[in-house]
Amino acid sequence: MTETLTIGKALNLGLRKAMEDDGKVVLMGEDIGKLGGVFRITDGLQKDFGEARVVDTPLAEAGILGTAVGLAMRGYRPVCEIQFDGFVYPAYNQIVTQVAKIHARSRGKLPMPIVIRIPFGGGIGAVEHHSESPEAYFAHTAGLKVVAVSSPADAYWGIQQAIASPDPVVFFEPKRRYWEKGEVDPDGAPDPLFGSRVVRGGDDVTVLAYGPMVKTALQAADAAAEEGRSLEVVDLRTLSPLDLGPVYESVRRTGRCVVVHEAPVTLGLGAEIAARVTENCFHSLEAPVLRVGGYDTPYPPSKLEEDYLPDLDRVLDAVDRAMGF
Amino acid sequence: MTALQQKTTEVVDPVPGAGAPHLPGQPDLVQLLTPEGERVEHPDYGLDISDEELRALYRDLALVRRWDVEATALQRQGELGIWASLLGQEAAQVGAGRALAEGDMAFPTYREHGVAWTRGVDPLHVMSLFRGVDQGGWDPVAHSFNLYTVVIGAQTLHATGYAMGVQRDGAESAVLAFLGDGATSQGEVNEAMIWASSFAAPVVFFCQNNQYAISAPIERQSRVPLYQRAAGFGFPGVRVDGNDVLAVLAVTRAALAAAREGSGPTFIEAFTYRMGAHTTSDDPTRYRLASELEAWKLRDPIARLKAHLSRAGIADADFFTGVDAEGDELAARIRKGTLEMPDPAGTEMFDHVFAEQTPELAQQREEFVAYHASFEGEQ
Repeated sequence: MTETLTIGKALNLGLRKAMEDDGKVVLMGEDIGKLGGVFRITDGLQKDFGEARVVDTPLAEAGILGTAVGLAMRGYRPVCEIQFDGFVYPAYNQIVTQVAKIHARSRGKLPMPIVIRIPFGGGIGAVEHHSESPEAYFAHTAGLKVVAVSSPADAYWGIQQAIASPDPVVFFEPKRRYWEKGEVDPDGAPDPLFGSRVVRGGDDVTVLAYGPMVKTALQAADAAAEEGRSLEVVDLRTLSPLDLGPVYESVRRTGRCVVVHEAPVTLGLGAEIAARVTENCFHSLEAPVLRVGGYDTPYPPSKLEEDYLPDLDRVLDAVDRAMGF
Repeated sequence: MTALQQKTTEVVDPVPGAGAPHLPGQPDLVQLLTPEGERVEHPDYGLDISDEELRALYRDLALVRRWDVEATALQRQGELGIWASLLGQEAAQVGAGRALAEGDMAFPTYREHGVAWTRGVDPLHVMSLFRGVDQGGWDPVAHSFNLYTVVIGAQTLHATGYAMGVQRDGAESAVLAFLGDGATSQGEVNEAMIWASSFAAPVVFFCQNNQYAISAPIERQSRVPLYQRAAGFGFPGVRVDGNDVLAVLAVTRAALAAAREGSGPTFIEAFTYRMGAHTTSDDPTRYRLASELEAWKLRDPIARLKAHLSRAGIADADFFTGVDAEGDELAARIRKGTLEMPDPAGTEMFDHVFAEQTPELAQQREEFVAYHASFEGEQ
C-alpha cells in the first residue's frame, strides 16, 4: 500500500526494514542512538534494536570507518553515518586505502559490505563544512560504489539495496530535501540501485542531475515548458558506476546535454559525463555538453550560497546556451 | 654561530640523550630469560613450558631468521622488489604468534613474517607480495591472520572492529593488533585505543618498539615510555623484553586471556631493536651509530635461547645442527618457489575490484584483452 513519506522518514523505515531482515546489520555513527541522529534519520532504532546494533560511537570518523572494516571482516554489515559531508575527511584514509581496496587486496576473500551514509549538499544556511558535495572524490576511487538518492521511494529502497550489496557503497543523501514528500510503495518492486532513470520526457535538451539537483532540474523543465522548450530530465542515481545508456539514447534524440551538480565543475562528475557523452554521441551532438555547478571556491558563507548553488535560472541559462549553438 | 641559531638548534633537538644507545635499564621490563640465557622468574608472569615447547620455539626463531636472510638476499639479487626485514625482532613475533589460541585473530603490519610463520602461512605467500605478484596470497580467514596492512596503524582499527564483532557473537576469542613505535603517533591508533577502551573490546595492542620509524628515533614519537600511554586510555600497559621469547609468550598469553574473559584491552610494548634496515631501500648508517647495533647484538633473541637450551641440557649439538639443516632446506624451497613464481595474468587486476563486477569495469577488461590481442602474431 502506497504511503506518503518524507525522504528522511523513508530512510528511517528503509534502515528499520534492513535491520529486521538481517541481524548482521549494525548502524554506527555520532549521535545516532539516543538522539536519533542530528537529522533524526535513525530515530527510534536504538530503542528497538539495542545499543549493540545502533552504536553511538566516540567522536572520530576514522574510528567509525576503521572499526566498520573490522566488523565487516567478522561478517557484519556496518552502516556508517557521517554526520555532515564536510566531516568525512578524517575517515577518508580508511575509505580510500582500506574500504575500497580490501576486496581486491584479498582477491575476493574479504568482502566489504559497508554503507557510508553522507548527508550532502548546501541550501540549509549552515556554517562551514556542512554544505559540501564531495562525491567526485569517492567516484574517482576504484573499489567504491557511489549513489545519490533524490526521492522518498529511492531513499526507502536504495538504502536497503545498498546494505544488501556485497560491495562498499557511499550513499549520498540530499540533506536539504530530507523533508520533501513523495509516494513510497513498500509492497512494490524497486528499480535496480545502479541504474539511471528518465524522470521527465522531452525533446530539446537532455538535463542530467542527481541528489538535490533533480528537483532543481525538474523545476527548470517546468519553467522551460512555459516558454515552449521541452527538457528531458535524467536522474543519474548512480555516480559510480555511471549508467549512461539511457543518457546516450536521450542525447542522440535531443542533440544537446546539460549536466547539473552542486559540486565545483572542475573535475567534477560533469566533466567525466561530458567526455563520455561526447565520445558516445559525437555525431548526434548539436552543441558541446555544458556543465552547471558550484564555482571553484570553498563553499561560501551561507549568505552567499544562493549565488554559489545552481538554481533553475542557471540551468535555463545553460539550456539557452546549448540551444544557441 | 649567532645566539639565535643556537637557540633554534636547542628547540629543534630538545630531547636529552637522543641518539644514545636505546637499551632498557628499567626495573619494569618483564624478563624471563636474561641476555646471557639465564632463566629468571617474574612475580606476575609465570611460564610453565616443556622442553619440547622450548625446542619448538628455538626452531621457530631460527627458521624465521633463515627465511629473512634468504629474502634479503633475493631482494639484493633483483628477485624481490623490496623486503622488510624482521632481523632482531624474531622473539617478539614468534612469542606473540605462539600466544594466540584457536579462534583468535591477528592483524599484522607488513613486517610480521614471524607471526605469519606461527599462523601456518606459507612463506611463499609472503614472498609473492614482495615480488609484486599479488598483495599477499594467503587466505586471511583460514589462517586467522589478516593480510599485511601498509598504511601505518590502519589495522589497529580493523582489529578493534573485529573484536567488537567477537563481542557481538558472544565468542570467547581475542584479537591481536600489531603495530610499531612510529604508529603510536598516528591518530587512528589513538582512536583504536579509545574505541577498544570505551567498548571493552577483546583486543590486545602488541607494539614492537624497535626504536626507529625508518629514521625517526622513539624520542620523536613519545616523551614517555610507550606502555605508559595505556593508562591514559584506561587499560593496562606492560613493557616486555621483546628479545626474550619466553617473556613475550607469557605476557601476550596473559593479555589475550584477559581479553577473552571480558577484561578488555591491554597494550604490550615489546622492547626490541630493528637490527637491519627499515627495508632493503633504507640505509640505517645515515641515522644511527654502529655502536648501538653492536650493543643490541649482545641481546640477540636467538643466541640467548640457544644459550639457555645448551646450558640447561634441553638441546644438544645435534638438535642445533638439525635446525640449521632444516633452515637451509627452507631457504632453498623459498628461493626455488620465488624464482618459479609465475607472473599474474594482466586481466587479474580487473577481476576482484568488486564482488559484483560493474559494467564499466567489465568493458575496460574487454578493451584490455582486445588491445593485447591486437599484437598477436607480431614479432
